[in-house]
Amino acid sequence: MSDRGEREGAHARLSGVTRVFAAVAGHASVQALGPVDLELRSGEFFAVVGPSGCGKTTLLEVLAGLQRPTAGTVTFEHQAVGDEVPEGIGVVFQEDASFPWLTVWDNAAFGLRRQGAPGAEVARRVNDALAFMGLKDFARAYPAQLSGGMRQRVCIARTLVLQPRLILLDEPFGALDAQTRLLMGEELLRLWRRTGATVLLITHALDEAAMLSDRIGVMSARPGRFIEIVETGWPRERDSTIVGEAAFGALTGRLWDHLRGESIKALGHSGMAAA
Amino acid sequence: MTRAGWIRLAVLAGAAGALELACRTGLIDRHIIVAPSEMVGALFAILASGSINGDIIRTLGIIVAAVVLSVIFGFGLGVLIHALPRLREALDPFFATYYAVPIFIFYPVLIAIFGLSLVPILLIGVATAIVAMIIATLNGLDRVPRVLTKVARVHRMGPLAAAVRLKLPAAAPHLFTGVKLSVSYGFIAVIAAEFILAPAGLGRDIADAYADFNNRRMYALMLFVLVIATLVNMLLHAWDLRWAERRGRGRP
Repeated sequence: MSDRGEREGAHARLSGVTRVFAAVAGHASVQALGPVDLELRSGEFFAVVGPSGCGKTTLLEVLAGLQRPTAGTVTFEHQAVGDEVPEGIGVVFQEDASFPWLTVWDNAAFGLRRQGAPGAEVARRVNDALAFMGLKDFARAYPAQLSGGMRQRVCIARTLVLQPRLILLDEPFGALDAQTRLLMGEELLRLWRRTGATVLLITHALDEAAMLSDRIGVMSARPGRFIEIVETGWPRERDSTIVGEAAFGALTGRLWDHLRGESIKALGHSGMAAA
Repeated sequence: MTRAGWIRLAVLAGAAGALELACRTGLIDRHIIVAPSEMVGALFAILASGSINGDIIRTLGIIVAAVVLSVIFGFGLGVLIHALPRLREALDPFFATYYAVPIFIFYPVLIAIFGLSLVPILLIGVATAIVAMIIATLNGLDRVPRVLTKVARVHRMGPLAAAVRLKLPAAAPHLFTGVKLSVSYGFIAVIAAEFILAPAGLGRDIADAYADFNNRRMYALMLFVLVIATLVNMLLHAWDLRWAERRGRGRP
């Protein structure tokens, strides 16, 4: 842990952040989030779990600058995050955000070309990212010719080539089967170790959060707040084999203890809303 | 050629062969329909004489102009209406019923205003084709995945760059459907307008041959229009098919 201790420091911070969606067309305003305080340490892998509708995605979008908080402040590398996504932040969404009209290679090159990077630099970084994500042989394929998992890898490659220092992932493997999710998780760990970036992962899967993360933030039912932040204590060099360890079972059990009551509350809210 | 293509060809050849046989054996009176081989022969003779070159250029020119104007202005209006939800709400009933109204009844009005010239034909072509493009644009923009708007912001793209680089390509399949419909409606409207009343053009030629009881010429010209319209639509369909397969939309 000592090497990590040297790198630790607030890479991004949310202070007293709330997000209230204003009343529209006869519906009352909704407080989706907060107040939330969070410090993301430089180079850590942080996962957020919580019941459905607790504001996990809102949290990510506020941190990315995709949504403005109703109250509180957000900083990234000591700079306030405003209405623009700051340079250095990469986001991977839950939905398939690959561009079906571009090949895998052109998808990955999109951001670099937008930045006006020289052709040789684009080629080098794109080829490197595709090789890293296991997509080298599919460089000339179109997203429609790939599986859902591979399309998500294309989106990760598109983010990776920009060398973000903070990677935000919004349930990127939500649509994949359990086995593929585990393997994608391993790839994500590999990516995190290689880039040294800070990673924030939104997930509804406790095992995914437990396997991948250094710390896990457990959120309450709406309005989402952190009810506990759990240190996993895993070594940096880890893979999916840790799911067989007793400590892994204890960790997921502890997460579920926190989450169970909140999930029931969230279901109760849904039931009331439906009634 | 694919199996479906061979079947399609066989159906066409079978229908033409049956018609040929029926005409040659007198089952169908040749004063009503001439044999397909006679139509083809007459068409070659007409084309070789060059007598309709001017009409071909005029008619196809009006169709191209009507389609181009419909696509450009239809797309522009579609984008504008999409950006103004209240205007769209007000116009939606008109779009839903537009093709239930015989807009051809306005052709005499256009002739009264603009005279017997290219303009009324062009305008009736545009009036027929443009709404298909507006509707296709609205559909296309409605179906742009919301996540692309977020992707655009992550890449710090302005509204124009996001529209040109992301939204337009995402909506392109629907826009292309609009182009295909505009071409079809443009063909129908221009030929029909010329047939009803026009100083020249392929439609006028067909009408004249009909009035003169010149069946060979009439069917030859009809065949020419059919072949051109079919070829253009096949070309657009092939393009759409290739595109659709690449983008995983399945067969259009």
